Amino acid sequence: MSVLVDASTKVIVQGLTGHEGSFHAQRMIACGTQVVGGVTPGKGGTEEVGLPVFDTVEEAVRKTGASASVIFVPAPFAYDAILEASDSLQTVVCVTEGVPVKDMMIARRLIHQKKVSLVGPNCPGIVCPKAKVNIGIMPESIFTPGPVGVVSRSGTLTYEIVNDLTLEGIGQSTCIGIGGDPIPGTTFIEALAAFESDDDTKAVIMIGEIGGDEEEKAAEFAAENLSKPLVAYIAGFSAPPGKKMGHAGAIVSQGKGTAASKKAVLESKGIPVASTPVGIVKAVRSVLG
Amino acid sequence: MDLLEHQAKQLFREVGVPIPIGILSTSPTEAATAASTLGFPVAIKAQIPFGGRGKAGGIKIVDSTEAAESAASEILGSDIKGFSVGSVLVESGVKIAEEFYLAIMVDRGAKVPRVVFSEQGGVDIELLALTSPDMIRSVELDAFVGLRPYHIHQLLDPVGLAELTSAVFKIASRLYELFVSRDCLLVEINPLVKTESGTIVALDAKLTIDDNSRYRQHGLEAFEEELKIPQAELAAGELGLNYVHLEGDIGVIGNGAGLVMATLDLVSDAGGDPANFLDVGGGASAAQVSGGLRIVLGEPGVKAVLINIFGGITRCEEVAQGISNVVDEHNGTLPVPVVVRLAGNGAEEGLKMANALPVETRPTLEEAAKRVVAVSETGGSK
Repeated sequence: MSVLVDASTKVIVQGLTGHEGSFHAQRMIACGTQVVGGVTPGKGGTEEVGLPVFDTVEEAVRKTGASASVIFVPAPFAYDAILEASDSLQTVVCVTEGVPVKDMMIARRLIHQKKVSLVGPNCPGIVCPKAKVNIGIMPESIFTPGPVGVVSRSGTLTYEIVNDLTLEGIGQSTCIGIGGDPIPGTTFIEALAAFESDDDTKAVIMIGEIGGDEEEKAAEFAAENLSKPLVAYIAGFSAPPGKKMGHAGAIVSQGKGTAASKKAVLESKGIPVASTPVGIVKAVRSVLG
Repeated sequence: MDLLEHQAKQLFREVGVPIPIGILSTSPTEAATAASTLGFPVAIKAQIPFGGRGKAGGIKIVDSTEAAESAASEILGSDIKGFSVGSVLVESGVKIAEEFYLAIMVDRGAKVPRVVFSEQGGVDIELLALTSPDMIRSVELDAFVGLRPYHIHQLLDPVGLAELTSAVFKIASRLYELFVSRDCLLVEINPLVKTESGTIVALDAKLTIDDNSRYRQHGLEAFEEELKIPQAELAAGELGLNYVHLEGDIGVIGNGAGLVMATLDLVSDAGGDPANFLDVGGGASAAQVSGGLRIVLGEPGVKAVLINIFGGITRCEEVAQGISNVVDEHNGTLPVPVVVRLAGNGAEEGLKMANALPVETRPTLEEAAKRVVAVSETGGSK
């Protein structure tokens, strides 16, 4: 078993004919992912990297049996791509960065209504090493199958930590990059709930950062609903208030969302918090026993 | 993007939110003329893109042309929290009967718009939230429905302000219109004033526009220019890099916001003080890395630089090439010690290239952070 995706997941790429879309489609296929086609409005009937291109998601799903989509379209078109995908699919991963917050408020309300899982936007995707599914942009070479679920707001920080886990012989069940936006399609809580019901996951690492209160809410949730051990990493202890640290969501504003306040809440719920990659590996090793 | 008061008020005017009559001035003479045109008293208000200016001496109420001129000359060019004041808003005095707080904002937690009201306006709202949280009332909105009159009833009626609901709703609904049409994260009036004659006026205005919506928000260039975004941030933006100035002396460059933040934390843990946050993003080219390194080296007071890359779609050879280009520009040297850590995609080749350059390499992030702090103090060996 795995989370959100499995070996039978068939993926279409929205924005397949773009530079990013075609590059990552080939990379995902090389990892073993079943990429079955792509969507670029106006380019239906053509082929790209050996895959059929369709004008609409509806047609792509009807003709390929796809169950998931990954979005690589430019930011001004991403909201439309998310809404279109959620009309026909249950799992949507949006890699595109720069979707307006207002659009995400509406998209989140819609996907909830339709019971669609949207991961992202501004996210690196989902990797399940055992099922050989890699949807998004994460480098496959750092992963190895194993018992640890990883959920993260950051891309490269996740690679850093996953790489350390793999070097230390600790494999991963599923890794979900939920992205660095203030309003993500999937929150930490939703990811933790998915890991709770996944038999392959024995412990979970949550990689958070400054801004918002999703880590705190996840800690509350975990205390009540997660039977598996959870350890956390928080980035941004040294970040000054009022400065947006790269991610749209990573800002300490009005004194809220500091790394220190997150750490205090998490620790009060019994969740160990590390502030170095080495520290998080140690922490997860000790909870795995 | 946080607008200045007069910029926000320009948008208020466009949607019909009532504001006092005001004239923007950039010199004491202009301010004096503006004041005598408006009649006294007038408020002379520093235009800065953040709050707390009253306490910092950025607002003065004056009764004469001479006083207006001297207040403006005191405020103009002064430094408030690092922002050099370039203009003042000269505004007609308002006879205040009551002061309220009204805002519409994105509620990150609930992931919906929220309307916030307090019968205690004109004070630091964050402080009020701590000291008297019951004085602040708010209602979650549904993005599909928007702001309705009953929301304002919910906020005003329980605190005995029922007779103001229709006037406040008129203003709040226009704020909501602005919130939607301008892709705002926050639209705030503090204070919203009831004058002695009973009219409702927005005395101050604060507005934050979502940076992600810049592609569809047009006509903001003039606002942006006036906001005096630091040169380094502009230069980085043009290269597709994300730069944030910090106060320390160790330059930090990395790929990915989370990883750069983690790198800053480790530098701080090792006793160092980061000079900046610089994220070259995913799949950075050699030219982008060179550009980023030039920006960091160009910042005054930088004593050492740490470059930390975990290659995913970014290739470490590109990064090494980017560093090499800057070394060439400095005739085979670098002005300050540079510590490089490369891992992931292309690390082997990248390290080979980096080892031929006047930089130090370290295999892990922790070691690299410790080393950059050490060389920032001693000047380095290589």
